[in-house]
Order: sequence, then C-alpha cells, then structure tokens
Amino acid sequence: MAPRTSAKICGMGHSMKRKEDPRFLQGKGNYIDDFTLPGMLWLDIVRSPIAYGKIKNIDSSKALEIPGVLAVLTGKDLEAYGLHWMPTLMSDTQMVLPTDTVMYQAQEVAGVIATSRYAAADGVAAVEVDYEPLKPVIDPFKALEDDAPVLRTDKEGKTDNHIWHWEAGDKEATDRIFEEADVVVREKMHVPRIHVASIETCGCLADFNPVEGHLTVYMTTQAPHAIRTVLALVAGHVGLSEEKIRVVSPDIGGGFGGKVPVYPGYVVAIAASVVLGKPVKWIEDRMENLQADSFARDYHMDAEIAANADGKIRALRIKTIADHGYSDAQAAPSKWPAGLFSICTGSYDMEQAYAEVDAVYTNKPPGGVAYRCSFRVTEAVHCMERVVDTLAHKVGKDPAQLREENFIPKEAFPYQSPLGWEYDSGDYQAAMDKAKEMIGYDELRAEQAEKRARGELMGIGVCSFTEVLGAGPSKDFDILGIKMFDSAEVRVHPTGKAIARFGTKSQGQGHETTYAQIIAEELGLPAAHVQVEEGDTDTAPYGLGTYASRSTPTAGAAGAMAARQIRDKAAKIAAHLLEVSEEDLDWEPGTFSVKGAPDKSVSIQDCAFAAYTNMPPGMEPGLEATNYYDPPNLTFPFGTYICVVDIDRGTGEVTVRRFVAVDDCGNIINPMIVQGQIHGGLTQGIGPALYEEIPYDEDGNNLAGSFMDYLVPTAVETPAWETGHTVTPSPHHPLGAKGVGESATVGAPPAIANAVVDALAHLGVTHVEIPIRPDRVWEILREKGVAE
Amino acid sequence: MATHNINVTVNGEAHAAAVDSRLLLVHLIRDDLALTGTHIGCDTTHCGACTVLMDGVPVKSCTVLAVQADGAEIGTVEGLAGADGMTPLQEGFQEEHGLQCGFCTPGMLMTGTALLESNPNPSEAEIREAISGNLCRCTGYVNIVKAVEYAAAKTGEGD
Repeated sequence: MAPRTSAKICGMGHSMKRKEDPRFLQGKGNYIDDFTLPGMLWLDIVRSPIAYGKIKNIDSSKALEIPGVLAVLTGKDLEAYGLHWMPTLMSDTQMVLPTDTVMYQAQEVAGVIATSRYAAADGVAAVEVDYEPLKPVIDPFKALEDDAPVLRTDKEGKTDNHIWHWEAGDKEATDRIFEEADVVVREKMHVPRIHVASIETCGCLADFNPVEGHLTVYMTTQAPHAIRTVLALVAGHVGLSEEKIRVVSPDIGGGFGGKVPVYPGYVVAIAASVVLGKPVKWIEDRMENLQADSFARDYHMDAEIAANADGKIRALRIKTIADHGYSDAQAAPSKWPAGLFSICTGSYDMEQAYAEVDAVYTNKPPGGVAYRCSFRVTEAVHCMERVVDTLAHKVGKDPAQLREENFIPKEAFPYQSPLGWEYDSGDYQAAMDKAKEMIGYDELRAEQAEKRARGELMGIGVCSFTEVLGAGPSKDFDILGIKMFDSAEVRVHPTGKAIARFGTKSQGQGHETTYAQIIAEELGLPAAHVQVEEGDTDTAPYGLGTYASRSTPTAGAAGAMAARQIRDKAAKIAAHLLEVSEEDLDWEPGTFSVKGAPDKSVSIQDCAFAAYTNMPPGMEPGLEATNYYDPPNLTFPFGTYICVVDIDRGTGEVTVRRFVAVDDCGNIINPMIVQGQIHGGLTQGIGPALYEEIPYDEDGNNLAGSFMDYLVPTAVETPAWETGHTVTPSPHHPLGAKGVGESATVGAPPAIANAVVDALAHLGVTHVEIPIRPDRVWEILREKGVAE
Repeated sequence: MATHNINVTVNGEAHAAAVDSRLLLVHLIRDDLALTGTHIGCDTTHCGACTVLMDGVPVKSCTVLAVQADGAEIGTVEGLAGADGMTPLQEGFQEEHGLQCGFCTPGMLMTGTALLESNPNPSEAEIREAISGNLCRCTGYVNIVKAVEYAAAKTGEGD
C-alpha cells in the first residue's frame, strides 16, 4: 500500500528512521541503572539455596558489622506492616519475603540495605540463614497425585496442589466426533519453561519523601499506571495514597512480558525507602533474573485431531497441565486463567473443539508471564501446528497441502471459531502462496527427495498460525478489575508542533516513532514535529501498558481517534479562517481547501495558531484531545512460515538453512519497524525451538540459571531471516492495523520443530520435544540406526 | 581492602582514581565516571553489553578489574560521535534499524568499531563471528550485520 502522506509528513507506510535512535546510539539512553539520586542506598537480596524448606533462623549480626551495611529487612519486619505477602495479578498471593517457609530456589529471603553495591553484596554473603529442608514437589503430574504433600499450607482449607480448572468448547459434541471419525492422531508435548532474558534485567529506584509522604518509583515496568494502582491498593494501609505515588518507567532494555509483574525486589526496595526515608536502588543480576522471575510457558499438552480419511479436520481435543510454580503469578486478564489458549483451533475450519487446562502448584518460581505472547497463544499454536503435521503424515499428504485444504476460507470472515472467537479478517491462502513462492517449496521438496536417497537429513517445516491480540474489549478483559482500554492525549501547540502522551510503554518497539506517524497520518503534521511521551504516571493518561501486542490495537487506535477529534475542531477553525462553511472544505493530510477552489487553503499549522489567537466566536481555545479507546474486538493477524533445516548425522545438530516468514498484520504503520519486530520475534522463536529451556532437577535446582547454561541465540546460530507480507486490514481498527510484535515468536517454534520432524519422518518419527538439542536428535538417530 | 591509585584515559580524557582492588572496570566507568552508556547485562561475560575498547581491543568491562586498566586508553560509546556527528557505524545502525531497545547497542557498536578497524571490509560470516559475543534479544542480528556493512561501504567510499 502506497503511503497517503508525503515523505515530509511521514504518516503510515513510511519507513521513518527512529526518533529514539540518536540517544541510544550515543550512550544517552536513560535505563533504570543509569539513575542516581543524592544519598541513594543499595538493596541486594539474600536468596534461598534450597527449593523448599523451613526457615529456622536468620542471623543478620555479621552483615550489620560490615562498614556500609545499614539494615537487613526480613519477612518478620514486613509482617509488622502487613506487607510480607502481596497479591498476584491473578488474585493469587505471593510472598514478598518469607516469615517461615521458602517455596523455590532463589526465593527472596532478606534484603540488605547498604551505602554501595559492593557493601550490599558483602552484606548478602554475611547473612546467615538456617534452613530445615523439605522434600520439594517438582513434577506437576506428581504434584496432582493423592499422596503429594500440599504446598500452599498458607491457604486455609487447601487439600491439594490443584489451582484451577479451565475449559472451552463442547466436550460431548467433540467426543462424539472423535468416536465416529475416520482418523484420529495424537501427540503429547511439553512447551517448556523458558525465560524472556531481556538484556536489561529488572530493577527500580524507590524514592520516598517522608516530609511530603510522596513516593516516586523509577522502575522497569511495562505497565506503570496499573502498577501505581496496585501499589496504592496494597500499601494504602501504610499511608501510600495513589495521588502521592508516581511511577516512572524510563527507557527499558527489553521487556517481552517479563517486566509486567511486580517482583518482591521492587516491594522490598519501596519498603526500605519508606522505612529509611532515603532513595533505595535495586538492580537484579542475571542469575537472579533467570532464577527468580518471569518464567514463561511450561504447558504439558496432550492433543488429538479427529479427521476424515482425506485429512479434513473435524475436531480438536487438548488436555493440558500447566505448571505455575508455587503461585499463579502469571500476567493474564482476570477472566482468562489459561490466557487465550482457546485460539488453539488456529487457521483451520472445524466442527467442534474442546480444550481444558488444569493449573498446578510446584516448588518452582511463580509465573508464568506472557512472554512475547498474547497470553498462552504460543503454547496453543505450537500444539495445533505440531499435531496438524502429525495428521498430514498419517493421511499421507504434504503438510502445506493439508493446511490449505483445511484453511478457513477468506469468504468466511468474520469467522466464528468453535471456541468462541470472532476472527476479524484473514486470507490464509494468500500468505501460504507467498511463502511457498518465496522459498521455492516444490524445488525444496525435490531436493529433499534427492538428499534422502543419499541418506542426508533435510527437513522442510510449515506453520500457518493465527494470532489473537490487542486485549481488549472491556466487556471481556480486565486486570484486577481495571478494564483493558488504552489511551492517548494529543496537544497541538500554537506553532503547529505537538506532544502526544500514551498509556502504554515502549521497550524497544519504537513508539516514539510509530505513534508520531499515526498522529501525522491523521493530522498531516510532520511526524518529526510530534513528540511522544509514555511511562510517567504524573503526565501520561491512564492505560494498561505494553504487552500482548496491544499497543497498536489499543493506544495506537486511541491516538488516531484523538487526532480525528482535533481534526474535526481544526475543520471548524479552517472554515472560520476561509470564511466558508465546514461542508465546503476538502481535506488532504495537512491542508484544508475550499471545494472547487483548491488555491484557497489553510494548513493544519494555520489552524493550530488560530486555535490560540483567532478562534471562531464561541469556540473554546486550544487544540487538544484525549481518547480512551475500548476496542470492539481483538485483532487476528496471521502468517505462514516455512523453513529448511539440515541435520548433522554425526552430532545431531540442527542448522536452520533458510527461514521465510510471511506475515499479515493488516495495514502497516512503519514497514521497517514491523520487519524488525518480525526479525526479533523469529530469533526468540529459534531460541526455544533449539536452545532455550530452564529445567529443574528433582531437588528443585535450577539447571539453567545463568547465560552459561541458558542459551540465547547469538549471531552465529541465527539465520538470515527472509520476510514478506500480505495485507488484510482489520475491519474494526481505526487504522486497519493489527498487532505484530509476537507473531514471529509464536509462529517460529512449530515451523522449526515441524522441519526437524519432517527430516526424520521417513524413519517413523512423528514428534520431537523442544528445545531440539543435538543430544535429543542424536538419541533418535542412534535409535533409528542412522547416527554417524 | 587495598586501595590503588590508577590513571586511565577514557575517550581521550585523563582520569586519576583511587579504587578498591575488586572494583570492576564497568563500575568505574558507570558509577565513578558517570558514563552510563556502557551497560551491564549478565554476570558471566556472555552478553557483551559492557563491551568497551581497552587500548583498541574490545573487552567485556564486567570481567576486567579497574586496576587492570591502569595506564590504558579506554573507549566507550560516548566517545564515538565527534564534532562531525555520529560515526558511519552509528549512522548504519539507525539507517538499517540495527537497534530496538538500545540496551545491547553500545556493546555492539564497540565490537563493530574494533572489527572495522582491523577488517575494513568484513564478510557477513566475519561480522556474525565478531559479534557472537554480544547478545541482542530484539533485532535478530540481520540488521546489525547490515549496519556494519553500511559502515564498511560508507567508509570505503571516503577512501
């Protein structure tokens, strides 16, 4: 789609260079650890070495002898204020600091406050904690057995480790189809525990002013407004009141969902600042980050498809066990304990589906967050796209062809899915056709046949995903009761420049650029003249923040609506200046002209000046608008990804030779930034597909607690991504846009897994668990007698 | 703990400092010299966010003691742009969208600067190898590679 605005205005469709880049490129970003305040103290945290046990004693005396160590805060200290437990976003509870029991390895046990980073670390090493270890429950299936010890003894009347049961769909009708179907295929799979591993860890600087009773918290949060409200609700009884809390989310070094929850470290820093009356900074290190916060996934799924003999899908059935660790601390909308898992029917039309999830407590860190994922969509898509391949294998059809034969046809949109979604728009065949053409699908199949004849292992993997994102309509979506709208406030200054503030918070997505382009598109002001601000609760309008690819669907829409309100007012001013009626005006981005007399015109800048200097009689001065946007539906971007892998028969190593990603996210605001989002998402897809996992041993020891063991893809493993797109606008979004940030993270893992299975299919392999490490593949090769 | 008097030149400016034996170079740079463009992303020297140049060689300043830098010339991201504006590499990162959150970017820039110094026209494989000690979670590396290529081409034009 050609841009409607000039390169000078730089509205939608222009690959505008990012406004935030000059400061990041010159070391002038403002990340949390860059903040320093006079008299600032440091918090460091004592953590549990064991996964489960009683705390018999905490002896801080040696720590307090260390020069510079001022205080050691424990759960008992917080208990005096009723702050030793806090609610999670899912209305479960989580310890800030324990008073008697630790529930996972690396749990926060005490906070050491000191005058420097180094003194605080010395203090941590000197705090002596006596534990009485208990046998932890690590396996979620064992946690559900009758004789499993009950972990959450703090919950009165709790008799097991089951958290909740969720289900969607018509079970009986689905079961009936399974009984009569020609073909049933089934795969059990685990989408393992992984970590967002943003390169910046979490941290905060809490600054309580005891004279004013005012608290400022600079913190790595993707949702500053919601966090402020939570702080006011949780700590209202100790005198923190919402108007006296300011949360500032500065530049964030990657979020990916990991910076949505409130971690104990934040709360301990705030408590310490309140108690000591001084600014307190807490910056977690990488090991703390990987071991204690923001895990994602950990869904054990058992999936079945019922189909006709020709491969036409009739029904889907999925049973899932979700390992939440010791608390349900995921960040999902309140009414959606299993997130949007019911998108699992994906891109395929079928008669019925039934999905159920049972959540379980274990002795692992609490979670899990929606890691670059609109709440459990990654798990759902992986499950469906894997088992669709199993079906193709079973009925002897090419996996691309089987998908095409089952796609929801483009005429069927808006489409009602059997699990209750109304997909807004789609043209799945178009994305498939483009992906096949870009990668040369037929040629690759021919090459594969030749190589297979020579004994070489090459696989081609296909994934056609449908995403659901942009939460969301307030009738269905809230977090702790706060509806999931988002907001924009746009103010045009007299000289025709503007400031626009939003309720979201960029963590690298480039909002300072793309939001300016949205305002430019609607008002015709050059995007370069629109300053975008987010993240300060004192100045930005209230919003729910940036995660789940919701910024463009919600706050972006709010920006467009606010700009349209401004344009409507500007039209009245233009009519006044041109001495015609509003109906006699034409609008081209940036200019009102008189119909039939295009040389009689005024610019949007002229209107802005007049709004302060020469407004029509009776008109309120100024040119600004605020919009709180409550989307009528979610958006449903989609795409087809095809990749080629080669497997080394000597080592089991999988190399992704090529990867083509065709995405459709509706109308595009900035093609360069969208492509960047896809590149990054794909890399966060190859990670869990091939390398990343946080496993635990039976004693609850974290086996990937640093970057030594948690293998984030480097430039060497990462292929040269090839991207393309089709454009199917959202019918309900004001700009026709959909979200895009997480599509690739969702779509890439099954494409890679399918390619590996495809390479081994002739050996009778139908499934390989992710991450597909060389040892896993080599075991299969050895078992099948093809290892070299 | 022993204190040592050291002299380091950072971005051309001489500094004398009295430092503890254990003070990491990255903390000297960030906390004592207030050059916060150099970041910290891990504890095990894997992520490369803290990469600086020490006598022209990229080092991960989270695993160099400040005392080891005594007498050294240190280069950080703040020293790249000059009166003429950003370097071709910095420009390349913006032109090719080689950064998103910006957190790994200073380390990438320092590694890339050293690469181009020693190999003015690197191949894609050489670029990927050179930056393999710098993790980026946002960009997928493709555009970082392009940014280095952009700088190589632009610098080549000027020769």
